[in-house]
Amino acid sequence: MDLEIQQRVKDLTEQYGAENIVVLLGTSEAESAGLSAETVTAGDPTYAGPLAGVSLGLRVYHILEPVIKAECDPAVYEEQCGMMEMVLDVDAISKEVSSIREQYSQFKD
Amino acid sequence: MFPVLKGASYILVHTPDMVIHNGTTQTLEREINPDSEYLKKVVEHLRPYEDVVAYPVTQTYIGNFDPEELAKLPRPWFNHKLEGATRFGKFGEIMPQDEFYGLMKVSDAFDLVKLEKEFTNNVKTKFEQHKLLKDYIGKLGEGIDLSEVEKLVDSGVAEGLYMNGKLVGCVKRAHEFDKNLSAHVITENLAVKASGVLAVLHLIDKLGINKDEIDYIIECSEEACGDMNQRGGGNFAKAIGEVVGLKNATGCDVRGFCAGPTHALINAASLVQAGVFKNVIVVGGGATAKLGMNGKDHVKKGYPIVEDVLGGFAVLVSENDGIHPIIRTDAIGKHNIGSGATPQAVMEAIVAKPLEKLGLKLTDIDKYSTEMQNPDATETAGAGDVPASNYKMIAALAVMKGQIEKAKMAEFAKNCGYVGYAPTQGHVPSGVPIIGYGVEKILNGSMNRFMVVGKGSLFLARMTNLFDGVSFVVEKNPGKKEEKGISKEEVKNMVAEAMKEFASYLLQK
Repeated sequence: MDLEIQQRVKDLTEQYGAENIVVLLGTSEAESAGLSAETVTAGDPTYAGPLAGVSLGLRVYHILEPVIKAECDPAVYEEQCGMMEMVLDVDAISKEVSSIREQYSQFKD
Repeated sequence: MFPVLKGASYILVHTPDMVIHNGTTQTLEREINPDSEYLKKVVEHLRPYEDVVAYPVTQTYIGNFDPEELAKLPRPWFNHKLEGATRFGKFGEIMPQDEFYGLMKVSDAFDLVKLEKEFTNNVKTKFEQHKLLKDYIGKLGEGIDLSEVEKLVDSGVAEGLYMNGKLVGCVKRAHEFDKNLSAHVITENLAVKASGVLAVLHLIDKLGINKDEIDYIIECSEEACGDMNQRGGGNFAKAIGEVVGLKNATGCDVRGFCAGPTHALINAASLVQAGVFKNVIVVGGGATAKLGMNGKDHVKKGYPIVEDVLGGFAVLVSENDGIHPIIRTDAIGKHNIGSGATPQAVMEAIVAKPLEKLGLKLTDIDKYSTEMQNPDATETAGAGDVPASNYKMIAALAVMKGQIEKAKMAEFAKNCGYVGYAPTQGHVPSGVPIIGYGVEKILNGSMNRFMVVGKGSLFLARMTNLFDGVSFVVEKNPGKKEEKGISKEEVKNMVAEAMKEFASYLLQK
């Protein structure tokens, strides 16, 4: 995850409190989605950015996860995400992000 | 009349020492973590020149190994060495590092590049064997003593040039305080210029065109040349043209991150169609900063550093000759400021809309050329197979528009474009890699139409959050149609006929 984005996530969490933040990812690969999810939960695994050694334990999801899709207006979702839903490996991404969330998020809801 | 694409040249420069000394991944690591394991290991992962020549991907880029053949080889491609692979190809060449330092010296107008004496002599011998460089031997000079080079590098006024870790030359700063003329920036810019020169030399040679007929040059890489008062003042285009000897041309630089080449080609096509210029060269030099960009992942996984080459290309856009493939300037695809940021909105704007305007379906394009990055470099670094992802998006768009069945999506995605065979040099893989093979295949009748799609991450400059994309369709030339005007003779005959009719009318009266 970009170092500046890490800083923004950190700042917003300090400002609003971890319980009020949900991180929604949009990356195209399961591996990179997993790394981003890990960064905002357990901490930056590459130890390069502001979240190195900082475990925010935030709620983190990928936009293509079924649970997020269910929250969206179907017409808007189709228009904005329909194509990428067909293109990307939704199962692999969902599996990766949910596994990180279950391990490291401090909110088990 | 639509302008035509006469052809393209493609060059690579193998620069293993520049990976270490000029690639940002490595230079940043040295700055932040000088004792890192990565910096110790990276040298072991660099490839010898012979391996780069035998690498199927580089052979495809320079025109010796058809992309359809490359697609048949199992991945990763760095496990394969092509038998009988050669340095030169029908589109260009793979230049070794020592000759490239020589070419940087030749391209240097301010005596900033200093090469050691013995090294200079060796380069001279190699230039003598090179059809396109032997005329430049005189510009290499005599070289200086190694102790002088060392003094310049040690005192911090010059950036070193190395061969197998050994200092052989340097690039001096061009100003004491101006950061935009620092040794680092000058090195970066001279590498762009020299690789651009090599690409244009090959273009002129391969297409057999008269240098004097080139009117204009557009350079479209991602570097900026200028000083502290005008950081991107320019211009690489004219500087490259000067070294090549395009004495009847001037030019300018066009920028748009990775979309730069496609913007430049649209500009070139428009200038030619408007009759402003007859022959415009679009050229892009290579980026030293991107050498070894994904090196950390490659080293971690035990792979070779495949991002060890600078890339370059040149394309000639000319007025319609009735033969070469035409650029359909009547349906330019563009991602507008108000188009929306989702991948879907982008593909709709730059792929679907221009085709609709031409009355074509997505299935009417033989090959799409999007971001043609070599997947050996990106997939191992967790960024996926970039061209394959683009083809999947185009296929998904075709499904959404009811132009193909969903069951056929994977097959369409597999066949609608070539595998990625360009180095991860930003603008170099963007849309333009297809032009060499595409023009050739349209001319020999094995292809009708291809689409060049350029995309650019404008947000990296922090001036906008916007993304950019532009595209155009290239198709078989229908041939020059005879002008349907009336000749002077015909007018005379018509007048005579009318007079005769009038006379007989008068006689009858």
